[in-house]
Amino acid sequence: MSDPILFLQLFWVFFLIGLFTFGGGYAMLSLIQAQVVVSHPWLTESAFTDIVAISQMTPGPVGINCATYVGYEVIHQAGASHLVGIMGSLTATLAVMLPSFLIVLTIVRFYTKFKDNKIFEGVMSWLRPAVVGLIGAAALILMFKVDWNLQAVDISIVRDNFSDWISWILFAAAVIASLFFKIGPIPILIAGGILGLLIY
Amino acid sequence: MVPLWNIFLVFAKIGSFTIGGGYAMIPLIRDELVKRGWLSEEELPDIVALAQSAPGVLAVNMSIFAGYKMRGLKGSIAATLGSALPSFLIILLIAMLFTGYQDNPVVIRIFKGIRPVVVSLIAVPMINMARKGNKTWWAWMISFLVLFLVAFMNISPIYILLVLIVMALSFTLIKERRSRNV
Repeated sequence: MSDPILFLQLFWVFFLIGLFTFGGGYAMLSLIQAQVVVSHPWLTESAFTDIVAISQMTPGPVGINCATYVGYEVIHQAGASHLVGIMGSLTATLAVMLPSFLIVLTIVRFYTKFKDNKIFEGVMSWLRPAVVGLIGAAALILMFKVDWNLQAVDISIVRDNFSDWISWILFAAAVIASLFFKIGPIPILIAGGILGLLIY
Repeated sequence: MVPLWNIFLVFAKIGSFTIGGGYAMIPLIRDELVKRGWLSEEELPDIVALAQSAPGVLAVNMSIFAGYKMRGLKGSIAATLGSALPSFLIILLIAMLFTGYQDNPVVIRIFKGIRPVVVSLIAVPMINMARKGNKTWWAWMISFLVLFLVAFMNISPIYILLVLIVMALSFTLIKERRSRNV
């Protein structure tokens, strides 16, 4: 049936990916690609490109979507059943989250302990405005056509959030709904989906 | 004390509507957790800053952090499993049953409408955070510098945060020592 060594390899590879991803889910995609397409002959380029597209077109954080899908595909492609494939998903997803757990728990313990410390508060007073800049940058980057030119192989993943002028109207309407009418994010997302279906 | 099951369910709801990268989770955390009184508005930028300072998926890091603030280790496990659950179920369903999902015209149309809306939802909490948090010209300068470095110079956020931490630490320590000497 399925090879236990493959599960161990999958766990180790995704543990390393979780440990060395700096800068969120999109940075993770190129690491996943380098490991599962280039270093290990687990998936073909085109299979991986499809997985990345689907990860962006499904609810949930991109990094977790991609890890779940790759974990399933690697085991399933090796000839295992659906059920064993699910175990592959679990292995990859838990492995990719494990380093975060160890590191973030250390940080949050430190945070709760030193929250009222003068020096810690001094450092946070620099980091809080930095977060404003980070979020602004994330929003700006999402407005332009981004070519996630993944380094390892010649796959480029183009993300185009604003395909035409209707996109800009939807964008402006959502800003107004959220900022002035205080409508929550979930109704706004659902409305965006319904309008997309009706307009396009 | 917030029951673990509630933390799990609310994070499953947040995970279901986090579309794209981790920043899309910020408005949802704000709407679901701050309005319920499980987290304070002031803690939100701290969570983002520290979650982004660690390696891994940003959404997972924020879930671990927020869960811990509410119920310690158990809370962080409940929050993380909750936020990963929708991804897990939906991806497996697609992997096993729906081949060609990414080329389905209905799916493509829905996501054409959702994508620009996600960008607005990311931008709005930034406006709120800036209005409440940026009280000095110094804070505004940091905000604009970071925005410029990440968006236009393509520098990874973690390096910027690490440099800022070192600079802020030295600055604060020097200031402390001076005030003690005086």
